[in-house]
Amino acid sequence: MSELAAAVALFLLLNLAAALVVVARGPGAADRMLAALLFGTTGVAMLMLSALALAQPPIVDVALVLALLAAIAGIAFVRRSWRTPERTDA
Amino acid sequence: MLDVASATLMLLGAGFFLAGTVGLLRFPDIYSRLHALTKADNLGVGCIAVALALQADGLAAGLKLLLVWPLVLLASATVSYAIAERARALGVPLDGGAPDDAP
Amino acid sequence: MNADLVFDLVLGAGLLWSAAGALLGRDRYGAVILFIVFGLLMTLAWVRLAAPDIALAEAAIGAGLTGALLLDALGGDSAGTAQRGASRWLLLPLAGAIAILLAGALRGLPAPSGELREAVSAALAHSGVSHPVTAVLLNFRGYDTLLEVSVLLAALLGVLGAARDARPARLSAAPLLQAATRVLVPFMLLTAGYLLWAGAHRPGGAFQAAAVLAAGAVLLALVGMLGGWTRPALRTRLAIAAGPAVFLLVAAPSFERTLLLQLPPQHAGRLILLIEAALTLSLGFILAGLFLALLRGDTAGDGQA
Repeated sequence: MSELAAAVALFLLLNLAAALVVVARGPGAADRMLAALLFGTTGVAMLMLSALALAQPPIVDVALVLALLAAIAGIAFVRRSWRTPERTDA
Repeated sequence: MLDVASATLMLLGAGFFLAGTVGLLRFPDIYSRLHALTKADNLGVGCIAVALALQADGLAAGLKLLLVWPLVLLASATVSYAIAERARALGVPLDGGAPDDAP
Repeated sequence: MNADLVFDLVLGAGLLWSAAGALLGRDRYGAVILFIVFGLLMTLAWVRLAAPDIALAEAAIGAGLTGALLLDALGGDSAGTAQRGASRWLLLPLAGAIAILLAGALRGLPAPSGELREAVSAALAHSGVSHPVTAVLLNFRGYDTLLEVSVLLAALLGVLGAARDARPARLSAAPLLQAATRVLVPFMLLTAGYLLWAGAHRPGGAFQAAAVLAAGAVLLALVGMLGGWTRPALRTRLAIAAGPAVFLLVAAPSFERTLLLQLPPQHAGRLILLIEAALTLSLGFILAGLFLALLRGDTAGDGQA
């Protein structure tokens, strides 16, 4: 079971590698932020899986904290940084 | 038996995450990308949380894992709404069309 | 070539990519996003390095604090053009020099022999806690922690000195976001208390708890439920001073002895909890203050969700 957890965690990391392309390139400002939010959620799942794969239950606490605070960056983006439709470099 | 359920759920969760990532890469506009993202957030994390909770040592550990799921749901729903509303207000076009000014 | 090795390689590559992008990217907004991503990947790296305490701190600070701080700064009118000039390439040799220095220092260290771990384990019973990291931070090397807290306090004093606005800034209300905040912030308080308590026997501690508290304050400010700081009130100042003050008070009896901050074993557990509780309060205020003192009011073009 822990090997499967490790394998799924690796699969999720490869997903993130693909999302990293959107962070770098992404057609719009919000799309790049979206990719970063995907990083957050996938990170939570990866942490939960790692807790099982590495047999260290405290890692679930890290997942909990990340899940709790992930919304803050998204809200900061919407309320403070997003000023033009396409990019924030205008 | 429990192991089979956990394994199935884990793979299902991984599938939802894959769908989310593919959606992020392939969908035409911000609104549909948000839609794809929330599937990964809600169902992906949910399946994996339940799968791991079934494997947990004891009730407290299992409940802690299950606590992560509604928190992610809440955060994801809130931020998605905020992004979509702001996109509308800024006039971000639907489906790659022309930008419109009237929300 | 097993799954772990592939995982570490991909993670390492991701870290390098996002770090390079954050430092050298031309687009300032992209650099900020990549920095946030870098923080998340670092959390995973700490977990892989079997350091859950640091992973907790990285998750709390990276997700809640630095991301919001940078994004807030990005939207300000004084951000000017969002493209960075060619001078940013100077960062490359600078980063390279630091990397070489660190590599050299790492090579000069003795090979890890486990002696340190054995020494800590042997003394753990007298330290008052059962988690080795907390024992080292708050007991064996408590003096270092005291100095680190002082550094953070100095940083806040610097920020307060730089804050310019005379009127307190408060963002416009956002009804739906406030509703979600009313659910999230109590959970953050609960989590902070849990992390503080857990620090005695599992990963956690004052710093992580304080970071979660500060993130809660940042969230409240972002949705318009909390205003920024101009001149902190007396209560706030007392709260900020409480942590270092308690720490110094506990350290005071040992001033005349040769070893600073030697906690008597029979009281060590309670003293550590006392110090950590006071530190959580103070550091929470300090970390929140780093954001709140620089909060600018709404300007035209900001999101009114």
